[in-house]
Amino acid sequence: MKQIVVISGKGGTGKTILTASFAALAKNKVMADCDVDAADLHLLLAPDIKERQMFKSGHTAVIDKNICIECGKCRELCRFDAISEDFIVDPVSCEGCAFCSNICPVGAIKMEENTTGEWFVSDTRFGPMVHAKLGIAEENSGKLVSLVRNKARDIAEENGADWVIIDGSPGIGCPVIASISGVDCALVVTEPTMSGLHDADRVIQVAKHFKVPVKLVINKYDLNEDMSEQIENYCIEKNVELSGKIGFDENIVKAMVEGKTIIEYSDGKTTNLIKGIWEKLSRVLV
Amino acid sequence: MIISVASGKGGTGKTTVSTSLALSIGKDAQILDCDVEEPNAHIFIKPKIEKKESVSIPVPKIDESKCVFCGKCQEACVYNVIAVIPATSERSGKTLTFQELCHGCGACSYLCPVGAIKEVPRETGIIEMGYAGDLEFIHGRLNIGEAMAPPLIREVKKKIDKNKTVIIDAPPGTSCPVITSIQGSDYCLLVTEPTPFGLNDLVLAVEVLKEMNVPFGVVINRADLGDSKTEEYCEKENIPILMRVPFNKEIAQSYSKGIPIIEGMPEYKRSFEELLKKIKEEMKK
Repeated sequence: MKQIVVISGKGGTGKTILTASFAALAKNKVMADCDVDAADLHLLLAPDIKERQMFKSGHTAVIDKNICIECGKCRELCRFDAISEDFIVDPVSCEGCAFCSNICPVGAIKMEENTTGEWFVSDTRFGPMVHAKLGIAEENSGKLVSLVRNKARDIAEENGADWVIIDGSPGIGCPVIASISGVDCALVVTEPTMSGLHDADRVIQVAKHFKVPVKLVINKYDLNEDMSEQIENYCIEKNVELSGKIGFDENIVKAMVEGKTIIEYSDGKTTNLIKGIWEKLSRVLV
Repeated sequence: MIISVASGKGGTGKTTVSTSLALSIGKDAQILDCDVEEPNAHIFIKPKIEKKESVSIPVPKIDESKCVFCGKCQEACVYNVIAVIPATSERSGKTLTFQELCHGCGACSYLCPVGAIKEVPRETGIIEMGYAGDLEFIHGRLNIGEAMAPPLIREVKKKIDKNKTVIIDAPPGTSCPVITSIQGSDYCLLVTEPTPFGLNDLVLAVEVLKEMNVPFGVVINRADLGDSKTEEYCEKENIPILMRVPFNKEIAQSYSKGIPIIEGMPEYKRSFEELLKKIKEEMKK
């Protein structure tokens, strides 16, 4: 079983479109949506939820006003400025470190476990899918990503699946690190803009830092062909394989509006290009 | 006045809006790029960087000659940074630290009964500051391989000059880096595109802002693509749409080259001045 993750550095370059296309093309696979704080894959795969679990992670300090003697020790020691002058904890600033609860001389501070999201195992027309929803304004998305990935891998092993296809999140921080660690290939989708190249370069450095094999696709390459060429030169210079170039295609948005992958929506050029990318990718990885 | 520019979905045009808005104000404005994982505003603003600062968090360093391997630090650390291996008759004890997991709370060094833990700085990113003409520019860059953006974002935000109009370019999504960036803003612009993905993520971002109690309005980018559901949603929810930017190859091209809209297409300068005016009117409500 091989795991492939689609990431981008910069948001909005086409990760989910490509992941959903691979879901339509690959045989015998499990999908994992690891963009847990703004998940979109479900809009194209229409999952039918079979199993639903709460995700608990991290703690928040709560001060019992009946016990608190307002000595101020917690306020003095908290490095995250999470305790107000009237001894109320701001849950957004609280890092859950429990320092305050450890040092409170009267034991007035308890640490309460946070429910920070939900995760799901679903059926889709392309096979099983594991996905999640991070609670509003919650943290620890990296841990939720790891949980989604582990569950997807378990299902793939049980079913004897050949692929785990993972939709990643933008950026280079904790959810991205959690979604790329230990995969067989990280496919970076970028666009021919200065921002696209800048951000792809940073996420490629992260992939290399964690020793994850990385390849690159240029989406909407024809929006600026000079910039596309610069990205191709970058690939040669940095020894990153260019898996393909996809042109701007209005059908992608039209397919999205109908809740379909581009593969199902049209037999056109884009579909053939993505098929070519997948065939090449899967041949090398198997 | 602090205005943050955010979006649930990435790539909808946050940086396009924040940079042109900041440039249209110019003097007495400050732009802070809080998307420290993937900062892009500098590509458009092209500031002359005058100052750099290293940002670090304090992490434990154990003096094993003082350590008595009591395990208090391991017990206190909720991030599993410290592992204490007690001494046995065959070998001496050992205390291991996994510094990249440390949030810098300071509990271990404070609670160590023998003063064996010293805190040392570990760099997680840098802040760069400068000017483009009259516009003050500040951004943070998270170091490669670092997981935690919020501590760096908090340091970037300490550079806010309250006497100026502050524009914050926030990261995409709805989790902690976004909250940390937006917190304390007087107003938030949510940039979206009228597609199913754009709308799905806009709804999530709206929930975040309601929870945070920050007033907000929407900018619809590539307004003529996709469908009409985003407009319908905003109308139903009574969310003001403050600006619509059409899909236009010229805009896309100047974006791709790192040229701000108001420089590539000067007729937009007025649109962004209008936008600021509308934000001020909204804030009075």
